[in-house]
Amino acid sequence: MGRIKEKFRELQEKNKAALICYITAGDPDIEFTEQIINCMEASGVDMVEIGIPFSDPMADGPVIQAASERALKNSTSVSDVLSLVSRIRSSSDIPVILFGYYNPFFSYGTERFAHDAREAGADGVLVVDLPPEEAGELGVHIEREGLDRIFLLAPTSTEERIEMVLENASGFIYMVSVTGVTGARPDMNYDLEDLVGRIKSRSDVPVGIGFGVSSARQATAIASFSDAVIVGSALIRIIEDGGTQRQEVLENISSFTKEISAACLR
Amino acid sequence: MGGNNRKYSCPDVGGHFGEFGGRYVSETLMPALIELQRAYREASEDKTFYEEIEYYLKQYVGRPTPLYFARAMTESLGGAKIYLKREDLAHTGAHKINNTISQAILCERMGKDRIIAETGAGQHGVATATVAALMNKECVIYMGEEDTKRQELNVFRMKLLGAEVRPVVSGTKTLKDAMNEAMRDWITNVRNTFYIIGSVAGPHPYPMMVRDFQSVIGHEAMEQILAVEGKLPDTLVACVGGGSNAMGLFFPFIEESEVRKIGVEAAGHGLESDLHSATITAGSVGVLHGSKTYLLQDENGQVKGAHSVAAGLDYPGVGPEHSYFQDTEKVEYVSVTDKEAISAFSFLSEVEGIIPALETSHAIAHVRKIAPSMSPEQTIVICLSGRGDKDIHTASSFM
Ligand SMILES: Cc1ncc(COP(=O)(O)O)c(C=O)c1O
Repeated sequence: MGRIKEKFRELQEKNKAALICYITAGDPDIEFTEQIINCMEASGVDMVEIGIPFSDPMADGPVIQAASERALKNSTSVSDVLSLVSRIRSSSDIPVILFGYYNPFFSYGTERFAHDAREAGADGVLVVDLPPEEAGELGVHIEREGLDRIFLLAPTSTEERIEMVLENASGFIYMVSVTGVTGARPDMNYDLEDLVGRIKSRSDVPVGIGFGVSSARQATAIASFSDAVIVGSALIRIIEDGGTQRQEVLENISSFTKEISAACLR
Repeated sequence: MGGNNRKYSCPDVGGHFGEFGGRYVSETLMPALIELQRAYREASEDKTFYEEIEYYLKQYVGRPTPLYFARAMTESLGGAKIYLKREDLAHTGAHKINNTISQAILCERMGKDRIIAETGAGQHGVATATVAALMNKECVIYMGEEDTKRQELNVFRMKLLGAEVRPVVSGTKTLKDAMNEAMRDWITNVRNTFYIIGSVAGPHPYPMMVRDFQSVIGHEAMEQILAVEGKLPDTLVACVGGGSNAMGLFFPFIEESEVRKIGVEAAGHGLESDLHSATITAGSVGVLHGSKTYLLQDENGQVKGAHSVAAGLDYPGVGPEHSYFQDTEKVEYVSVTDKEAISAFSFLSEVEGIIPALETSHAIAHVRKIAPSMSPEQTIVICLSGRGDKDIHTASSFM
């Protein structure tokens, strides 16, 4: 069984939604990314999504755009991210999802990427701009290597599209909470419950909700009807605000993720 | 590939031109693209849709535009006969309005009340703001901050037309970033917003739809040249940014393999300088803005900034069908430098009394290279994609 599936099973026994945290690799440098991931794991984060920075992050709001720009200042590449995954894997079993836009993967070579990602110890891959229609050329290699193929669904997704995504997805479904780009939001759309219900009536693949989650209150609400709470921009904001005060950043990340993780307990 | 007798039938249902094109977008946008594709297909089967487009193209845009025999230019170069397809005489001064008026009519049919667009030179922004005013729609135009400075006059025109111009400060602050920002707006406001993409770029169905709407250029040119010359032209030449004016001129001739088609990209400071926008001639295959196509990118798959003196060519991608035409050798792609373009800008102004856009000047510059070695029985049609009033400021700083 893959690490992602294993983790969801373990959490189900604890009656807890998974806390999945996103950070952009190389923001502000790859060594710090590693420290942050270690810190998050120690603070109750269940899985990590490591973002590969891209020059044109079309689906991201200003916070993650800025993180990508910082990461690209030191030319953080797919190879750098794969080495990071190997280092994490040498001492941890935390499930790792690689997250990004297609062009850096395509440029690295789809077959080579899938092979090297498995070798490094990654567990799943989510490519924002690869809907099922275009996902095949990377997907065949990802599947062959036994990695999970994670897809997005959105509030705009029709029944037909839910069906198509479910045919291809494994690991979990990443449900985008809003029609919008990434970024923390004070209010979220709780009609999602209905959409999650429709997905769950057709498939037993877990459903996580992200885009906009920034408080324990939101996490509790989401945890009550979904399998995972996904947090991104709120963490990046802590990194951004901390600037060069790295110890302080780690402390803030630790207390923030502990609070959200506790809120994920049902 | 490209068997001569097989009828050209790209794209496929998923919007692919061979390996190029497609819909590389976030899931949030897929339903919107599918809705648009369906609306376009339904409209295409409705005679009244084309009647309405035809009405506005004639009465509002001023079509057909003339195919003007450039006698003085021809004599000055001393070779092939040169004809100019005068898109500069279309309302708002460029070919862009052929597309915006048609998409706005589609927008109206789809019942959307808000229009957004990206713009580089500002010509597409102006053409969009114009049709939004005409159709009484709310209008937001995204424009790289860098371009708002180079193209001040067009910023003013857009505002006068009632549009809100949002300067984009992310990334390289030019057209590619304006397109990112417009996509983000669309992702957020997809339910009431129609995104008018300004070239044959972006995810399916845009490359196909914009091609169809711009093909009026080539259809008219074909009829006009047959009327005066009694034969098809030998060579067609157009500048290529995203590639819409070139596609509009070339596409109706695509089965005519004896008609040579040349797309002219911007070589900026020179191809070896890294400061250029020659996507096809110097780029490699990748995925940007929803389609697979040639791109300017580094070894890690990061998209590089483009450069051209012509803001409308300053784009590191190109329409996917052009990438397909390159690989299937249906069109030749070449490039000319900023310097050559500026010189052609003065040349056409002096010999013909026509001030071309700096984008268009790239096509003129290439014709100056090839016309002299052609015979006087041969003909060249240039897509004179726009007029140069907007560029006076930029050009004067080079003279
Ligand atoms: C006059 C003119 N010609 C050409 C272009 C380039 O676009 P395309 O290659 O889509 O025709 C522009 C873009 O702004 C333009 O304003």
